[in-house]
Amino acid sequence: MHIPDGYLGPSTCGVFYALMFPVWTIASKVVKKTLKVKQVPILAIGAAFSFVIMMFNIPIPGGTTGHAVGGVLVAILLGPAAACIAITVALVIQALLFGDGGITAIGANCFNMAFVLPFAGYYIYKAVSYKASINSPRRIFAAGLAGYAGINIAAFLAGVEFGVQPLLHHTASGQALYCPYGLNVAVPVMLGEHLLIFGWVEAIVTALVIKYLQKHSPELLTEGRKD
Amino acid sequence: MKIISKLWIFIGVLIVLSPLGLLLPAHFKAGAAWGEWGADEMRQLVGYIPNGLKKLSSLWSAPIPDYAFRGWEEKGLPFLSFSYIVSAVIGTLICAATILLLGKFLSKKRNL
Repeated sequence: MHIPDGYLGPSTCGVFYALMFPVWTIASKVVKKTLKVKQVPILAIGAAFSFVIMMFNIPIPGGTTGHAVGGVLVAILLGPAAACIAITVALVIQALLFGDGGITAIGANCFNMAFVLPFAGYYIYKAVSYKASINSPRRIFAAGLAGYAGINIAAFLAGVEFGVQPLLHHTASGQALYCPYGLNVAVPVMLGEHLLIFGWVEAIVTALVIKYLQKHSPELLTEGRKD
Repeated sequence: MKIISKLWIFIGVLIVLSPLGLLLPAHFKAGAAWGEWGADEMRQLVGYIPNGLKKLSSLWSAPIPDYAFRGWEEKGLPFLSFSYIVSAVIGTLICAATILLLGKFLSKKRNL
């Protein structure tokens, strides 16, 4: 889901940077207000976790690959604003150091994976785990569902961003200037592969870690929460 | 053991296992992620390289492109796995260090 340089036209890149600046500003303010000093090391691990989990490319035999993002998990533990900051850090480092995701597409990639994914996942988790006790199995289910939904919404958005490019930018003869695949291809492919495969990876990872923490460190599931 | 240490061990295990993200796609002959093709793959897929893509795709040259050391791309999977692990170590450490540094500005002492 890391859109590279050259797949999105300048206008799309600009729009998403413009959308993300206020998101980053507000997220920083929220984190400054709510994050406790002792939660900072956990957030650091959250960013590291998101970075490394995205390196686990899962193959569709003979086809393409994809991966989990880990962002919903970070959002459940530390709140969506803190997750937004952590995933942004991971995505920026991936783009700058490892060429994974484009420099021009950092705005769009962060919009999908660092903003919509953790926020959507977080509120789904909150809704489904509403009034569930800390060790309730419903929290594990809520975490899995939130991971699955979060990454699929992000994948859908990436598909739309890819897919509108041929409409926005083409030569007089109809050749695409950036991503050559339209909405009719990009959206079903991006959404389909995540609904069928990669979404389940995000769901399982999120649910298993929450299950582990329920048993071994339940305070992580309660701290800093205004339930 | 403190949960922070346990979580770091978990990250360490993921780092050691990370080459699976390279070896499994190679084993199952899976190509690039959808929408993340290089220029040559793009030409094979649609018959041409979109003009804007050609210009923008070389905009940035990352120091460790695709988690592989420069010049090691053709050295085979064991070398690529090694550079994948080193990349994971570098990446996770820089991520964590950045957050710890940001944390100095973003968290308030009163929120202990």
